[in-house]
Amino acid sequence: MSKIKTLDDLNQAGKRGLAALIPSRIKIMVGMATSGIASGAQEVYNALEAEIKERNLDIILSRTASMGMDCMEPLVDVLLPGKPRLAYSKMTAKKAPALLDQVAKGTIEAIKPFYRMDEEEFIVLGGAKRYFKGAAPAYLRGIPTIQEIPFYKKQVKIATRNCGLIDPESLDEYIAKGGYFSLYKALTGMKPEAIVADVIASGLRGRGGGGFRTGLKWKSCRDAEGEIKYVICNGDEGDPGAYMDRSVMEGDPHSVIEGMIIGAFAIGSHEGYIYVRNEYPLAVKNLAFAIAKARKCGLLGKNIFETGFDFDIKISKGAGAFVCGESTALMASLEGAAGEPRAKYIHTVEHGLWDRPSNLNNVETWANVPAILTRGGKWFAGIGAKNSTGTKVFSLVGKINNIGLVEVPMGTPLKDIVYEIGGGIPGGRKFKAVQTGGPSGGCIPEKLIDLPVDFDELRKAGSMMGSGGMIIMDDRTCMVDIAHYFIEFLESESCGKCVPCREGIRRMKDILEEICAGKGQAGDIELLQEMSKAIIDGSLCALGGSAPNPVLSTIQYFRDEYEAHISEKRCPAAVCKALIAYSIDKKKCTGCGVCRKKCPVKCITGEKKKPHVIDRKKCIKCGACYESCKFDAVTVK
Amino acid sequence: MKKDKTVEKQVKEIVDRYGAEKSSLIAILQDMQGAFGYLPKDALIFLNEVVDVPLARIYEVATFYNAFSLTPRGKYLVEVCAGTACHVTGALTLMERLERDLEIRCGETTGDGMFTLEQVRCLGCCSLAPVMRIGGNIHAYLTQDEIPKILRNYRQ
Repeated sequence: MSKIKTLDDLNQAGKRGLAALIPSRIKIMVGMATSGIASGAQEVYNALEAEIKERNLDIILSRTASMGMDCMEPLVDVLLPGKPRLAYSKMTAKKAPALLDQVAKGTIEAIKPFYRMDEEEFIVLGGAKRYFKGAAPAYLRGIPTIQEIPFYKKQVKIATRNCGLIDPESLDEYIAKGGYFSLYKALTGMKPEAIVADVIASGLRGRGGGGFRTGLKWKSCRDAEGEIKYVICNGDEGDPGAYMDRSVMEGDPHSVIEGMIIGAFAIGSHEGYIYVRNEYPLAVKNLAFAIAKARKCGLLGKNIFETGFDFDIKISKGAGAFVCGESTALMASLEGAAGEPRAKYIHTVEHGLWDRPSNLNNVETWANVPAILTRGGKWFAGIGAKNSTGTKVFSLVGKINNIGLVEVPMGTPLKDIVYEIGGGIPGGRKFKAVQTGGPSGGCIPEKLIDLPVDFDELRKAGSMMGSGGMIIMDDRTCMVDIAHYFIEFLESESCGKCVPCREGIRRMKDILEEICAGKGQAGDIELLQEMSKAIIDGSLCALGGSAPNPVLSTIQYFRDEYEAHISEKRCPAAVCKALIAYSIDKKKCTGCGVCRKKCPVKCITGEKKKPHVIDRKKCIKCGACYESCKFDAVTVK
Repeated sequence: MKKDKTVEKQVKEIVDRYGAEKSSLIAILQDMQGAFGYLPKDALIFLNEVVDVPLARIYEVATFYNAFSLTPRGKYLVEVCAGTACHVTGALTLMERLERDLEIRCGETTGDGMFTLEQVRCLGCCSLAPVMRIGGNIHAYLTQDEIPKILRNYRQ
């Protein structure tokens, strides 16, 4: 691969990338992000590869990552020259031969595509490009376009613009999508101050949770005294239920790298670090590959674009500690120590990594930067809400039909996300709440479903943006159990430095455990509230400072559930094991015997074709019978 | 004694990879965990001799992070995801089933050294919840019913 030193080199690489993205031969792309692989994409890829080889077909087989609709994976995209791009969902290795048959014939008879794409955006290299001329072929008219799929309809993709569309290992394809042109523009035509001003004008706020204004942070770090400065990418995505950063690192690693180089130039830094979670091996692999390639092409290292600017990036792997997502703890970890946060009044932009000025932003924030530079801060500020500009990626998970990553303009009503994009609750059950902000966030109840989702509105509702996890809960989710779950998580992840956090959270966990076990006492709710206040006031970092949020918000909106547990010894959602019992409805039971066979402790008895009975003394309440009954005869109360 | 020599050699090789500075400590321990399956006491004591970090600090780091273990792990690491999406879709039931079937508690290793059962903080596969990872392979949309068969496959 030749060096990329000039605009001409960039254009050449872009042309090569374009030819690879929309080739003149048939191309098949398999979505191979972590979730794709876990649902069988590797087997699909292997089967296609073997079949193509055996039949000696002239087909390009390539890998891409995820466009977000993870519940439909494995996804395989097929692009025939001069035809719309077709996406096939829930592919299996078994279906591979049939797919290749119809690809060769140019039909869609055997396997129906999920949606079609008519065009793709190439911001720098000529705007939108249609895959074909004229109207869509007649045989494809019944297939919805991607914009007609409810999941994608309201989405606006900026941070995840390339995910699932390019091969994450291809630098050329990234450049074809407009990548590194922003860097070229920044390095050759802009003063660092102008870049900072543009990012300030964009209104971009940190996507990792705090929501601090990115441009102002850059300015403070730029103004800080010191010869050596660092830029850091926080890829320690620790919030359970959030995986947008993984998706960007796996699917579009160059967008993060380019963002960091631009940031480094604006701030005056020559050394960068990406700190990635230990649990994300594929993200580490794809990032390392992308960094090596960028270095080889001269986009990292000495004298980038022959401007005299030097910058390089190192990857550091985390070792499994939630608190390391906190900026000062992360820096301590980079230094090789235990990840303990320190007091906030010492700013990391002045005294960060090795006591030097350091600018830390998270993955999604960095990925937004090249797009902002391409189209200008004003363009970005025009999207989203007043004080929360741009878009935000959310991971829509839990009890929801369309599970996946969604990127919507800030200020999009919660209702649109849950019902239109998410497609509502499975099994026709009732929506109860959405949990946002990870363990530091809170639960937003159904009555606030019209809430516009942005930094400030979420905070007002007693929750927070966090990194963007949205866990949907239905009437079978117990809110006391959820509060206990988060508190237990934080108890084990508290680094132990501040006593109110270390001991206070532990005591809160004990109280919640008692309530879930039916041993709650009058006054417990008030005690939890009182302790929460002390923990918030007495902790150095945001982990302790926001740890009581899940408890406080569930008490605020679901106090009746706490009271049912405490005074009636009843779990309304039928989750807390000490308070529930399984039984079989005689009228519905057909005596099929499935539950009897599934029961791991053999506590179900009954003759064939006659109603069965559960021996409650032996029952361990594992729920295997409930899960296996096809006739809804097993009930839990 | 011969065994100790190989431990020392392996530790030295790992240290050479990253340099004997304090900032390399986590990367060194990660590779040691990978090479030995855990962090053996004699290896940590030897590490203290070659890097410029006090043994107490090494111990602090080795016990602070979840990725490190001071006791040997089984051939397969069974990790039940404890992310929020997995929790609301029944991860606890999976953990209880595994504890019953493997006859160990979370954090322990089976007597035959085959499986170590652990909880992991979100694998980022929330769209496939609930999930479990065994020996690096992710099992998606898991129900407790499937567990005996999966364990049997790994035993063979």
